[in-house]
Amino acid sequence: MATENVSSTYETYYVPDQSKFPIWASLGLFLFVFGMGNILNDIQAETGTGGSTIITLLGFAILGTVLYNWFATSVRENHQGLPSAQLKRSYVLGMYWFIFSEVMFFAAFFGALFYVRTWAVPWLGGEGDKGITNMLWPEFQAAWPVIANPGEAIFENPDESMAWTGWGDALGYLPLWNTIILLSSSVTVHFAHVGLKNNNRKQLTAWLSVTVLLAIVFLILQVEEYLHAYHELGLTLNSGIYGSTFFLLTGFHGFHVTLGAFMLFVMLMRTLKGHFKPEDHFGFEAASWYWHFVDVVWVCLFLFVYIF
Amino acid sequence: MSNVGILDGHDTHHDDHDHHHGPAKGITRWLYTTNHKDIGSLYLWFSLAMFLLGGSFALIIRLELFQPGLQFVQPDFFNQMTTMHGLVMVFGAVMPAFVGLANWMIPMMIGAPDMALPRMNNWSFWILPFAFAMLASTLLMEAGAPNFGWTFYAPLSTTYAPETVTFFIFAIHIMGASSIMGSINIIATIQNLRAPGMTYMKMPLFVWTWLITAYLLIAVMPVLAGVVTMMLFDIHFGTSFFNAAGGGDPVLFQHVFWFFGHPEVYIMILPAFGIISEIIPTFSRKRLFGYDSMVYATSSIAFLSFIVWAHHMFTTGMPLAGELFFMYATMMIAVPTGVKVFNWISTMFKGSITFETPMLFAIAFVVLFTMGGFTGLMLAIAPADFQYHDTYFVVAHFHYVLVPGAVFSIMAGAYYWLPKWTGNMFDENLGKLHFWLSFVGINILFFPQHFLGLAGMPRRIPDYALQFADYNMISSIGAFLFGFSQLLFVFIVIKCIRGGKQASSEVWESSHGLEWTVPSPAPYHTFTTPPELPKRVHS
Amino acid sequence: MQPKTKIFSAVLSACCLFPYQLASAAEDYREGINMPVGVTEISRSTYDLHMLITIICALIGVVVYGVLIWSLVKYRKSKGAKAADFHESTTIEIVWTLIPILILVAMAIPSTGVLRQIYDASESEMDILITGYQWRWQYSYLDDEGEEVSFFSNLATTDDQINGLDEKSENYLLEVDQPLVIPVDTKVRFLLTAADVIHSWWVPDFAVKKDAIPGFINESWVIVEETGTYRGQCTELCGQDHGFMPVVVEVVEQEEFDRWYAERQEEAAAIAELVNQEWTMESLVAQGETVYRTFCMACHQQNGQGLPPAFPALTGSPLTNGPIEDHIDVVLNGAPGTAMAAFGGQLNEVDLAAVITYERNALGNSVGDMVTPAEIFQIQSESE
Ligand code: HEA
Ligand code: HEA
Ligand code: HEC
Ligand code: CUA
Ligand SMILES: [Cu+2]
Repeated sequence: MATENVSSTYETYYVPDQSKFPIWASLGLFLFVFGMGNILNDIQAETGTGGSTIITLLGFAILGTVLYNWFATSVRENHQGLPSAQLKRSYVLGMYWFIFSEVMFFAAFFGALFYVRTWAVPWLGGEGDKGITNMLWPEFQAAWPVIANPGEAIFENPDESMAWTGWGDALGYLPLWNTIILLSSSVTVHFAHVGLKNNNRKQLTAWLSVTVLLAIVFLILQVEEYLHAYHELGLTLNSGIYGSTFFLLTGFHGFHVTLGAFMLFVMLMRTLKGHFKPEDHFGFEAASWYWHFVDVVWVCLFLFVYIF
Repeated sequence: MSNVGILDGHDTHHDDHDHHHGPAKGITRWLYTTNHKDIGSLYLWFSLAMFLLGGSFALIIRLELFQPGLQFVQPDFFNQMTTMHGLVMVFGAVMPAFVGLANWMIPMMIGAPDMALPRMNNWSFWILPFAFAMLASTLLMEAGAPNFGWTFYAPLSTTYAPETVTFFIFAIHIMGASSIMGSINIIATIQNLRAPGMTYMKMPLFVWTWLITAYLLIAVMPVLAGVVTMMLFDIHFGTSFFNAAGGGDPVLFQHVFWFFGHPEVYIMILPAFGIISEIIPTFSRKRLFGYDSMVYATSSIAFLSFIVWAHHMFTTGMPLAGELFFMYATMMIAVPTGVKVFNWISTMFKGSITFETPMLFAIAFVVLFTMGGFTGLMLAIAPADFQYHDTYFVVAHFHYVLVPGAVFSIMAGAYYWLPKWTGNMFDENLGKLHFWLSFVGINILFFPQHFLGLAGMPRRIPDYALQFADYNMISSIGAFLFGFSQLLFVFIVIKCIRGGKQASSEVWESSHGLEWTVPSPAPYHTFTTPPELPKRVHS
Repeated sequence: MQPKTKIFSAVLSACCLFPYQLASAAEDYREGINMPVGVTEISRSTYDLHMLITIICALIGVVVYGVLIWSLVKYRKSKGAKAADFHESTTIEIVWTLIPILILVAMAIPSTGVLRQIYDASESEMDILITGYQWRWQYSYLDDEGEEVSFFSNLATTDDQINGLDEKSENYLLEVDQPLVIPVDTKVRFLLTAADVIHSWWVPDFAVKKDAIPGFINESWVIVEETGTYRGQCTELCGQDHGFMPVVVEVVEQEEFDRWYAERQEEAAAIAELVNQEWTMESLVAQGETVYRTFCMACHQQNGQGLPPAFPALTGSPLTNGPIEDHIDVVLNGAPGTAMAAFGGQLNEVDLAAVITYERNALGNSVGDMVTPAEIFQIQSESE
């Protein structure tokens, strides 16, 4: 076999050896969703969920353990200097496209919200091209938020919605606070990043801690808001389309915030362990991009779910 | 070995670098692998198994439809077969086959050492067997498998669904995760791992079409995940996305589903376009005509695919403006697709054509896909679609684009690259026999379905009025002919793996591109250092 | 057909594999091969449009496949063909982009016209509400005068025919117990909706296919120009008996329609009277059997064994043998979230009382109690 004229700038692309992670991760993922499916069906059928819960937890444990070790291995490999600059670029691209896929996931829910507000609800209320539909729901009047559902017998009408009620109540309006908190957290994580790039570890640790803290406060307020909705406003998943869109959009956002907060927390731990260099800190960057993404989604939520 | 000169002596670019040894021994080679070729093979074998499984479901459908009356299965089981056939073929057979080909060929075509993220690559694959095991296991459950069609319209798939719908939803979720990871990997590989000098406009068309396909996948799989999530919440958590009583709308389901679903059908055809664009020049011994316009056409198709989804919903009573918009947008797709067809034909025009098995499949692809395209265009005409919709005319349309379209292209690709994978030539006579049986079978199978549809036979019915009897019988005969011919394909592949005439590096007389510069069978690791490009990179 | 056209069409279809023969053979073989021309202006326009696009596609096919076959024949290596060297031409790319665009515009113009016409449901002379159920159609004439006319239209083909135990009738699977009846030459507007899942109401001869969507109303209309019986089917997958919910429309002269309509109104009035009549257990059970066979048997099966787990057995079931109030409640209001529909709005009081009494005293049950139509009427008016 001929030897190559390897150009001096070329680094070998790091192709890892065999790995046990993927197959175990697949098994974990499978057990997790299979168990979840069983739990849901058990609840529906009003039978016990014991066995299914065990499968789910087992799946979750396997998946969690594998992912932990997987990431740990990648970090270790990085410390050993195995990945080339090119591989690092692959990670960056991977993260970009992953975030794009998340954007599209939210797009589905925003699209649904847009559709019901622009078409379905007006039609049901007798407006627009298919307004004749109102024959079936003579009592129903189109309005957003929908407080009185077309089929009131099946879905429990909420007493009140979460909508913005004007500047008068602004101070007590949790979503506004949450907006402020998330927006500032995007700034703080940026400060942390600047600190990292300037090799100012103190700035990094401090601002990253603040970011994690803000994330936690956001989540606490979000829980508070849900409790308020459930207990005081009668606004639940079962409240018809307003509740459905409200909880799915904010709920999945909250879930992503949790994920993002967890990532940032891991980055904080790694920072404390002395990881990351000014010119090499992909893990941190990925977490912070994700955080900015979560932030942008919130801004859209705030505008289209709460304000308009 | 006429092309060695082009390589300036560098006919091999794989090395025996420290950790780059051959494959591991035993089953762990497949379980733990990070090698793009192994993973490609896994995908391809999986896809073949699913093709046979989904095909068996189709044969049950055709068996029941052989004659009017209920003979073999109950209507509810028939619906389960239709649903599982569609799902298994689309998500289990066609998509993984293309991913398998991408895994095998893209790194070799662009001179990359492997896929960008090798471990994740293995994860993308191994999710699939679990997902399909879960989906298929519903057949054995008391409540029966999903029975609401592969398009699973609410509320048939929510309020009125068997409880196994929960497993269906989770199967879709993890399949989606697999597809997204697979596509991220492919995009990252193409963006980041091209050999020096391999600019975008020099990439082989298979790579181009896959780049665009991967983009489509990342854009729409999450939307599918979104719509099944809404279903899950409607079923288990009391929401009312698809229930008018709570202010929702069943048609909302269809909008979200088809926003995914239409790009999905192009996901199943763009890589096929890529394969055909590789094969036709080789056997015409002539460069692909209009490379640039092929790239632009593919991009246009991808772009348009996002704004035509509601052509599946003409009868749902959309406002007139919507009908018109979606009709016009859909018709537009004929233009870039036409460009592709014309370019293929121009490539053959004034070539020096031979008819090896891959070429036969490729030519049949051009002819029969175009037929399917014509009927697609007819369906795009909204007022006419009021008559065609949900009849066998639609079934004929999409099988023409999917079976002699997508599936033939996969077969063509398999025959084209088998010698590269195995180092052996396949049995050309058997290959030709397989082609002719398939070609004849497929037309007997699906051509009469046009007539059935026009004459008024709805799809998804287990029994039909007497005037449809003749063509159904013909169609069923074709189905069995076509179906059993595929066992021949399995035989040919296995025979080729086990032995046969030694294949040269370039395998075909006039093949061009990096993958033909490595020996056959392709070594376990190729291009651990980037190759120098041959003069003519894209064929 | 002219011999010349015949040869022409044979050649065309042979070389391009496309059903060009449809075009010339349409008149002869329309039944069973091609789209029906139908009996409305819209159906004729649709048919013309269909033929137009078929022929255009066929002609493009002739050119495309012609060049392809020519190349395959002429430029074979075995015939000594040497490959030429050209591989691009911007001019030609532009040409074959523009020509299809022009063709498409030519197709879009008539299509737009037909579509606009289809969407114009204004100025109708008669409105009919069509409701899809699993698995039957309900037709309600929206007319403010007299007793309301509303009825169900069920598949009339017997199970024995479907299962091959009996010879199949001429209109196998396309026959119903009570067809929709409309007058000829009248603009009839259909309002379509559904009670459970999505169905789709299709009569090929009218070129009307519209989805019936639960909770929403779609509009469509016809002016039928010829009397006769027209048949179609449900075309949206709606569950196990999707293949067994035909549409049959009887189009009659206006006078005949008026007569029929008056009769239906009288019948409706008679049923109102029946409700208050004295009913015995025997007469209710006898009546109940017919109702059961039409409405309940598909799920609960002929002998009441059901198809567990999807459809519970009624024989020996705690509900059919327990307190009658609960039994009535299930039948009137259905079991939400399951396939068990609320039959309170679908059946009249007599049929409801009859089927409930039947279920308690037949199918292997013998509870011995009964409910009268008047009692059902009482229960229903109280809940309103
Ligand atoms: C590989 C998959 C694939 C592909 C490539 C296509 C391609 C096309 N499809 Fe198809 N389609 C499906 C898979 C596919 N389809 C499936 C699976 C369904 C059914 C889903 C379900 O309900 O279950 C479906 C259904 C479907 C419908 C809905 C029918 C209905 O339910 O009522 C419509 C309507 O517009 C449609 C249109 C088209 C069009 C216009 C194209 C175009 O892309 C075709 C373009 C190609 C050509 C036109 C031929 C070549 C062009 C020339 C030679 C140029 C000159 C030509 C002219 C100017 C005419 N398709
Ligand atoms: C890529 C996708 C794809 C492919 C390849 C096929 C392939 C085939 N399809 Fe299908 N089809 C769909 C996608 C596809 N289909 C979709 C999306 C639908 C819509 C579903 C819905 O309505 O929801 C559909 C619906 C559909 C219908 C309509 C059903 C209905 O409306 O009720 C019919 C009926 O004839 C049919 C037939 C066939 C046949 C005969 C084949 C043949 O090509 C199959 C060839 C057969 C084999 C390959 C079998 C080989 C196996 C053996 C011989 C047995 C040996 C077994 C072992 C070794 C295990 N398909
Ligand atoms: C589309 C299928 C379907 C049809 C048609 C149908 N049923 Fe049912 N029926 C069901 C299902 C499903 C249930 C179980 C509901 C549940 O789980 O609570 C049920 C339950 C019942 C029960 C309660 C039995 C029990 O033990 O829980 C009665 C009584 C009943 N049906 C009567 C009728 C009558 C009377 C008719 C006709 C007028 C009818 N059904 C038609 C599907 C159907
Ligand atoms: Cu009703 Cu199909
Ligand atoms: Cu489409």
